[in-house]
Amino acid sequence: MSRKQIVLGAYFPGVNHDTVWNDPASGSHIDWESFEHWARTAERGRLDLLFLVEGLRLRTRGGEVFDQDVVGRPDTFTVLAALAAVAEHIGLAGTINSTFNEPYELARKFATLDLLSGGRAAWNVVTSSDAPTGENFRRGAFLGHHQRYERAGETLAAVRALWDSWGSDAVVADPTSGTFLRDGHVGDFAVSGNQFDIAGRFTTPRSPQGHPVVLQAGESPAGRDFAAASADAIFSRYQRFDEARAFYDDVKARVRRAGRDPDEVRILPSAGVVLGDTAVEARERHEHIHDQQVDPWTSIVLAEMVWNRDLSAYDPDGPLPDVEPTPEAPKWIEGRAPLTQDAHATVAAWRELAQAHGYSLRDTVKHVFDRAVFVGTPEHVADEIDRYVQNDASDGFILGSHISPSGLDEVVDRVVPILQERGVFRTDYTPGATLRENLGLAHPSRFGERRAAVAS
Amino acid sequence: MSISDTTTTGGPLHLAVALDGAGWHPAAWRDPAAHPRGLFTARYWTDLARTAERGLLDLLTIEDAFGLQSGDHLSGADRRTDRVQGRLDASLVAAFLAPTTSRIGLVPTVTTTHTEPFHVASALSTLDHDSHGRAGWRVQTSVRADEAAHFGRRSVPGLRRADLDTPAARELVAELFGEAADAVEVVRRLWDSWEDDAEIRDALTGRFVDRDKLHRVDFAGEHFGVAGPSIVPRPPQGQPLVVSLAHGYDPALLAARVGDVVFTTPHDADDAVRIVAQVRAAEAAAGRTAPPLRILGDVVVVLADTERAARERLARLDALDPLSSDAAVLATTPAALADTLLSWRRAGLDGYRLRPAVLPTDLDAIVDGLVPELQARGAFRTAYGETTLRARFGLPRPASRYAAGADAAVVPTPTGATA
Repeated sequence: MSRKQIVLGAYFPGVNHDTVWNDPASGSHIDWESFEHWARTAERGRLDLLFLVEGLRLRTRGGEVFDQDVVGRPDTFTVLAALAAVAEHIGLAGTINSTFNEPYELARKFATLDLLSGGRAAWNVVTSSDAPTGENFRRGAFLGHHQRYERAGETLAAVRALWDSWGSDAVVADPTSGTFLRDGHVGDFAVSGNQFDIAGRFTTPRSPQGHPVVLQAGESPAGRDFAAASADAIFSRYQRFDEARAFYDDVKARVRRAGRDPDEVRILPSAGVVLGDTAVEARERHEHIHDQQVDPWTSIVLAEMVWNRDLSAYDPDGPLPDVEPTPEAPKWIEGRAPLTQDAHATVAAWRELAQAHGYSLRDTVKHVFDRAVFVGTPEHVADEIDRYVQNDASDGFILGSHISPSGLDEVVDRVVPILQERGVFRTDYTPGATLRENLGLAHPSRFGERRAAVAS
Repeated sequence: MSISDTTTTGGPLHLAVALDGAGWHPAAWRDPAAHPRGLFTARYWTDLARTAERGLLDLLTIEDAFGLQSGDHLSGADRRTDRVQGRLDASLVAAFLAPTTSRIGLVPTVTTTHTEPFHVASALSTLDHDSHGRAGWRVQTSVRADEAAHFGRRSVPGLRRADLDTPAARELVAELFGEAADAVEVVRRLWDSWEDDAEIRDALTGRFVDRDKLHRVDFAGEHFGVAGPSIVPRPPQGQPLVVSLAHGYDPALLAARVGDVVFTTPHDADDAVRIVAQVRAAEAAAGRTAPPLRILGDVVVVLADTERAARERLARLDALDPLSSDAAVLATTPAALADTLLSWRRAGLDGYRLRPAVLPTDLDAIVDGLVPELQARGAFRTAYGETTLRARFGLPRPASRYAAGADAAVVPTPTGATA
């Protein structure tokens, strides 16, 4: 029996604490050369996709711009379009918010990216409930939690309607007969719902993938159902084998219940990799990197995200703060996704952990935020990645690094060749293949029609 | 005209090319040399941009709109199937061209009526980073009712050409221009919101940025408010080049208030004199203290080896689908075009934006015919000099308005707005 082929992506190290900007190897997070290096490395490794996160506001702590981690990002769409020109085969995925973008613009930009890249665009659909982010946009306010998902769902449906509004054979461009378009109704659309009432004609022809690949992250049961019903690939933050497999099973079951073939959806946890020539060396390196990532001050800030209050008076090397969290207070740290749905439960769990192991505040935070999933020799890391995939704990991974832009280099140079030798990862791209084809996903003619066909 | 009288105006001649679909003639796509099936491909745009750069042109512009093409740009899509219909997003085409070119300015059209200024600022700032200082913004408003319906957030009544002089139409245009001025102001503030040296990477104190060098912009206008600061650090040019097209006094006033470069549409030498005077009057009325607007004349060009062949080319195209143009249509030889451009220039034009009637044919003729002709007369550069687009137009790199000791007069700011 042939072995499952592994999906590999890479995300650009960004504004979170796991990026170690003060390492001498760390370069610019803004300059084009950084993105170009990263993309060329990923393509050299024959990876499936590149992944960029979006920024719509600067993070603040206690109302002041947060100055300890990397601050600032370039515009996601602009970087992806530029990367389309220097990387020929790899998928180009961008996180784009459905709260602060309109469907017509989103559909145009992703269709354009898909046309310019020859079918390599992907959209990670996210929502925002961040009122301060709303201060940067003419919508002028934020949407409540329920409305956010309603808007996300309606946005995705509207964008797909727009992508479907041009047939793949709409452009005739026959100079002899003088026929440019097949008919005068190309691009007609009308979409109405609670969030949108829009109609007219779409400007941009159907793109090579028909529908750029849609990615989502599902966390809550409602979020998992939404992703299972509508996404081509789902990000996961579950990295330990058992929790990863539980998430995988749960989401694939939800995909089946949504009337779709579970094989239509790829599940991709994010993963950090730390390599060494020996297991001992890798562990030492990991400890050093993790020390840099969760320095004393960062451990206080990460605890503040759970407590939602100023903890700067506490000693990182002392016990956990003896005060209770105040989740109902105005957000102490703005512009980062919340770390917990239930602050009191999280604090209780942390206290239990600290008690059991004699951990300080910083020890506890370091333990909780250890994102390096794969630590070891290249052979060991390749074994582990393959074990997850062959045992259905994931379909692959989105790889990160603590160094930009060169952190991906050693994974590509040392781990990927081993996966290739084992026959579980491509040794070359299929010329002209779209991202959808590389991921083994079906080409949609019309999204609704395809789903109906699967269900019947 | 002789060679000796071509250098009567000081300063380098600026030449831009306006890219749109298969060219500016509605029948361009039916020309045997056109590539109508390539319009939505990367290769098409890369080839055009590389040709323009081979010709040492100052910049290229890329047209855009939120609605399908129409014979009348004020009204909705006309449902014609015999003309080029469909567009790519211009800012993403420009982004794609950034790493495939190295010196030419990249100026996408981005409208202000339905877009979010925060997104516009981020996109153009990033284009400037990725192109190492070659980004510009062609500011455009959208007056079309169908485009408003694509967003569903506001209703725009739309306009008919015949009603342009009615009070209702003037009010609508004033509103859209006012919003455009606000949008440019917000975007410029966002570009300034990071001082140049805000990223400090101070390992000693553990600070990545000096937050005292990041600034809220706190703009509150009639249509939108934006708090800032930007998410993108200040771009290489400080502020990408801001350009707009003006057919009359009101749009010239907008350019005078917020722009760096204005495109105009002279039809002859006398018209050029009149237009330059109009732009300068608009600058005075706007109380402009920034460097004077650089004024480029737009002309549609149909080029051939002989006058007769050029006129016949135009006639063949017109027979398929007649051209109706806001700008002068010059069907001629590269040498005669050079004569005309240099002659009109004496009115005080800084240069031209050439709209090729057919792509790539007329762009090739500009690069291989017109440019050598102008170079032979000592009227056009023989190599790129300055690396940033702003420097190419002799414009200083503005300091952030939020930095101590900044000179606010280096860039325009809308009259009455607080800086």
